[in-house]
Amino acid sequence: MNAPLPNQLNSADTLVLYGESFASRLLLGTSRYPSPQVLENAVRAANPAMITVSLRRQGTSTTEAHSGFWDLLKKMSVPVLPNTAGCHSPQEVITTAHMAREVFESDWIKLELIGDDYTLQPDTLRLVDTAETLIKDGFKVLPYCTEDLILCQRLVDVGCQAVMPWAAPIGTGQGPLNPYAMKLLRDRIKVPLIVDAGLGLPSHACTVMEWGFDGVLLNTAVALSNNPVAMAKSFAMAVDAGRTAYLSGAMKPQESAQASTPLVGTPFWHQA
Amino acid sequence: MRVIVNQIEYELPSQSMISDALSLINAKPPFAVAVNLNFVPKTKYDQYPLNENDQIEVIAPVTGG
Repeated sequence: MNAPLPNQLNSADTLVLYGESFASRLLLGTSRYPSPQVLENAVRAANPAMITVSLRRQGTSTTEAHSGFWDLLKKMSVPVLPNTAGCHSPQEVITTAHMAREVFESDWIKLELIGDDYTLQPDTLRLVDTAETLIKDGFKVLPYCTEDLILCQRLVDVGCQAVMPWAAPIGTGQGPLNPYAMKLLRDRIKVPLIVDAGLGLPSHACTVMEWGFDGVLLNTAVALSNNPVAMAKSFAMAVDAGRTAYLSGAMKPQESAQASTPLVGTPFWHQA
Repeated sequence: MRVIVNQIEYELPSQSMISDALSLINAKPPFAVAVNLNFVPKTKYDQYPLNENDQIEVIAPVTGG
């Protein structure tokens, strides 16, 4: 039987979240770019499934600096994934999610419930109940979580149709710090898994995709590179490469060397 | 009465509505509102009475990760 060609794999291979299909497996953050123009060019280069957005108080320096952001979002016409970044309690999350739904006219929500300001580690003990509340309120919840298997399973149990474990703390760019747990997670959790946070290099993205993760969510690694537009494109290619490799089935590592060139007919065989 | 909009204190007549507070800060769409950490849909801005010391949050879209 002939193996499918990579383009055949890609043609039928879409990321499905809550019943919606996305051609790309890359989700891209919109923060920390040098300028709105660079952000726009990076988004066009990456062609992501969704871009993440947030909400802050109107009239502050933050929102004043983003006065053109709304128009840019409309211009780019990419599906948005609002987040609840900065929320430290379930009530803050739930209220922010409802506000985001009204502003962005979208049921998607990236659930962030921060438990520790230093590591930005999610509050794993309150995350599940919060996710359940949001799902009952009709949201399509993509929870930012750790790589803990039981946590991810409980999130699935309450109705999350995808979960987003970190690879490393947000913005560190360290790449997957716990490969064993992440591979175990892939083996045990059957819903889409999107690696969210901690990736710094396209090779990190490629690696987790080779492990069978369904997508990656990036921001800082692209925005803070010297050339965000080129880096966005590079990450998009790495995600595609990793996905195709996963679908192609990697060889099993061997303990001893095995010649790849046939030995039969080797000239001067044992004549020296 | 005293209300707090985006962490700044304002004086409003009693029986003021959310829409009155929004006028105070010249809120421009798109935005969303919460009062005392509870979301209030935009359809209720004209009907939602404020109380003394209410904390009103008016938030707008920004970039995010």
